[in-house]
Amino acid sequence: MQVVRSHQSHRSFSSSSGSVSASPTLPLYRSAPELEVRLEDFESFAIDRLRVLKGISDGLSRGKKPDEMEKLVNELWKTNMRHQDSSQVLNKDIISHFVLRLVYCRTEELRKWFLSMESALFRHRFRNQTAEAQRAIMEEFDLPCKAVSNAEFESLKEKLGQVARSIGHNLSLSTTDAIYYKVPFEEVPELVTGRKVFINQGYAYVAMNQVVSLVATIFRSLLSKALILTNRKWATSIREQEQHRLTPIVEALCSSYLGPDFSQPKEYGEISLKDIDQVAKSSFPLCMRHLFEKLREDHHLKHAGRMQLGLFLKGVGLNVDDSLAFWREEFSKKVGLEKFEKEYAYNIRHNYGKEGKKTDYTPYSCQKIILSTPGVGDHHGCPYRHFGEENLRAALSRMGVNSRAMEDVMGKVRNRDYQLACTLTFEALHAAPCDAGINHPNQYFSDSQRLLKAKKDSSTNVVDASTSSMHRLDAGNLLRNIRGNS
Amino acid sequence: MTRQGAYKESDDMLIDEPKLPQQGQIAALPNEFNPSYLKIYYSKLFPHADLYRWMSYGNDGKHPACDSSYLGRREFSYTLDNDIFVRYNTFNSATELENSIKDKCPLKIDIGPIYNLNPAHRNAYAGDNVLTPVERELIFDIDMSDYDDVRYCCSGADVCLNCWPLMTVAVKVIDTSLRDDFGFRHILWVYSGRRGVHCWVCDRKARRLSNEQRAAVADYFRVYKGNENNYKKVSLMGQVLHPFLARSYTEVLKEYFETKLLTSQNLLSSEERYEKILEMIPDQSIASELRGKWQESRRSSSAKEDINIVRWEQLKQLLQKHKAQGVRRCVEEIVFTYTYPRLDMEVSKHMNHLLKAPFCVHPKTGRVCVPINPNNCEEFDPTTVPTLIQLLEELNREGLRSDVEGEWNKTSLANAIKLFRSSFLQPLLKICKEEMESSYNAKLQQSKNLLSW
Repeated sequence: MQVVRSHQSHRSFSSSSGSVSASPTLPLYRSAPELEVRLEDFESFAIDRLRVLKGISDGLSRGKKPDEMEKLVNELWKTNMRHQDSSQVLNKDIISHFVLRLVYCRTEELRKWFLSMESALFRHRFRNQTAEAQRAIMEEFDLPCKAVSNAEFESLKEKLGQVARSIGHNLSLSTTDAIYYKVPFEEVPELVTGRKVFINQGYAYVAMNQVVSLVATIFRSLLSKALILTNRKWATSIREQEQHRLTPIVEALCSSYLGPDFSQPKEYGEISLKDIDQVAKSSFPLCMRHLFEKLREDHHLKHAGRMQLGLFLKGVGLNVDDSLAFWREEFSKKVGLEKFEKEYAYNIRHNYGKEGKKTDYTPYSCQKIILSTPGVGDHHGCPYRHFGEENLRAALSRMGVNSRAMEDVMGKVRNRDYQLACTLTFEALHAAPCDAGINHPNQYFSDSQRLLKAKKDSSTNVVDASTSSMHRLDAGNLLRNIRGNS
Repeated sequence: MTRQGAYKESDDMLIDEPKLPQQGQIAALPNEFNPSYLKIYYSKLFPHADLYRWMSYGNDGKHPACDSSYLGRREFSYTLDNDIFVRYNTFNSATELENSIKDKCPLKIDIGPIYNLNPAHRNAYAGDNVLTPVERELIFDIDMSDYDDVRYCCSGADVCLNCWPLMTVAVKVIDTSLRDDFGFRHILWVYSGRRGVHCWVCDRKARRLSNEQRAAVADYFRVYKGNENNYKKVSLMGQVLHPFLARSYTEVLKEYFETKLLTSQNLLSSEERYEKILEMIPDQSIASELRGKWQESRRSSSAKEDINIVRWEQLKQLLQKHKAQGVRRCVEEIVFTYTYPRLDMEVSKHMNHLLKAPFCVHPKTGRVCVPINPNNCEEFDPTTVPTLIQLLEELNREGLRSDVEGEWNKTSLANAIKLFRSSFLQPLLKICKEEMESSYNAKLQQSKNLLSW
């Protein structure tokens, strides 16, 4: 891909580098195409695509159901990925993807996010392709799956029907539904996980409508490998070469979109141990309050709970020594001082990057917490998701949520909008709006503290605007800055 | 023959010398684990050569296709006296492995993954995450303490013959699925020494599964999703059950629930206990009808039939003829809640998870971690598993009689080691050799083809 300056003539070749796509509308991004791109398009195409990906990310973390996501993706794509010249739509698609690869290849966390969003996007777009286009793409991906012969299908029909009915798909006897693919089970982990396929002697029997998952897995793994390669190329040559042209654009694109990850709190020692009970009551989100209370009550938490709460406290500003003192105070009541030092202190220090490979772990975001799976004896996870209704109501009323707000919150929970439920709780307890919505427990905490401090100072300023604007990108400004420099 | 209840650790504090465990009890030894007993165990009884042959997976140097670095890339961890934990021990030969164990006398040996390079050299390379697991058995860990909310005979670390059937169920359900559904063949089940079982799936395909794929298999097995924060812990949706769940129910769960656990755990005999089950019924009127019936019948106890069985029949009658499927399905949900296997997901999901090696001695019970034969796991009795002291006494008795197989053949350990070899190790090694042979021949053929023109 060649990037040219705006005053040069804008030429674009329709991709001649082999089959960019087996389907006319869904590229597979296997290799960078032979295209020329204007500098402004380089950036603006990427921004448009980023809006789509960010929209998908929001939709997922609010727990939207698949058909809602389908609608959302279609809308996002239509709104953002248009081009006045219809022949350029495909090019915009391809170019924007490859630009974002540069932006998001640079760290593990960025790669993971990009991978998830692009895979989700691909999955939804694939579903909307014609059957012909889908088959062509499967061939392109060299899928190690064979169509199930009629004889085998007949012998397994009953079991296949059971599986279909167990997941709510009715196996009608129309010809398309009778097409099954046989594939080694390890190729379709997503289908195995939810018991969505019949598995026999190591093979999973995948229905045509599940093929999407297969294809998405392969797309994801190809993209994952490509990102690693891109990162290497970026680090070793591109970043240097492009330091006056593309590099500033690439770096700006990334940091303006991700919210703060709270891995480096402004100052350690922001909260002191003696205030912690008070602060937990006033400013902890429900998930952390629950863990905190259980810890005080049982003098113990299981590993996942220690991680979730421990990293949250780190993000809130508790330094490693205070953290050790805090956990020691509780755990030694149950397991004794010696056992604490032997079995638990190491892990706490590990969380602060003081042991082992010295990774400085980042506190969990809402998305991660919502997706966790608390089991027997666990108290981590998102209460809006993981608590039964009665328990949740009880916990909220203990927090001080009034009955009118309670109904609104429960409404959101029933709709699986867990983060919105938490936002409403925040608003009810602080009697102030939270426009940006809650995306991270540490955000809840810092917003809460800010509000309380403001009330104490009795100044008229309400919520600081800086957090809300984190999620809006001023594309125009960026463009003006870049043009100014070139 | 009467069975005693679970052994209580506090009783042992008064005894000065170790004694043989009583029939029916699990825990036996005093709190001081005696290292000199272990020394004898490792020197005469522990099957070092078998462990070596297993871990080599055929790479014993006797075939040109053998990978001489294979064993050396496997991590072993030791737990030593004074709670010292040493990771990244590696060995390049059978003798190295054997001598190290005899020398260090670890309280516990854990087996980790095979890495991309010898972990002993991990610090020689710059950069983070340079050491990555490339092979690791697919493992499962089932622990009785995860069933504390559905057993009343014991809790926590205790295990008795009334609740052990839960482990039998777990072995049957998982083993059948691993073989029939997933097509695995080389599966080793091991008693964990106190309150659970471990499973090692050693097929080549299993060893090469990624973390994501392991998580998928573990999730396929997952049904129970509970903790004290929600009541409904098993939720079986869908018009019909997935064939795997249906088969588990009809072949194992139903029978064990109705003929064993219902009565041995007295699941419906008292108000506290039957309330937990009534709580799971979504139809309040049925729940109250049953509640009423059972509060009545408390006074008149019919001696003929077990009260749990009578009440269960009443419950099933009412639920099974209900028009709403969610209510009818409740019967299965109850059975699943009280019997279906509960796996530790984290153990299975990560390639770098360490797991205790078979034939270790559990320091709290003195019992050896012996293999369990899945084909007759219902006959496995954790209260009769050989203990360290018992084995040493047997050795003393047999004295100078020599045995060509080894000292272990004079003791109760003989059956365990023979089972390990015949049902697991030999078939596994045979396949490894065959695979090595065929891939070697294929490569030879390929290079011949290249050379020939």
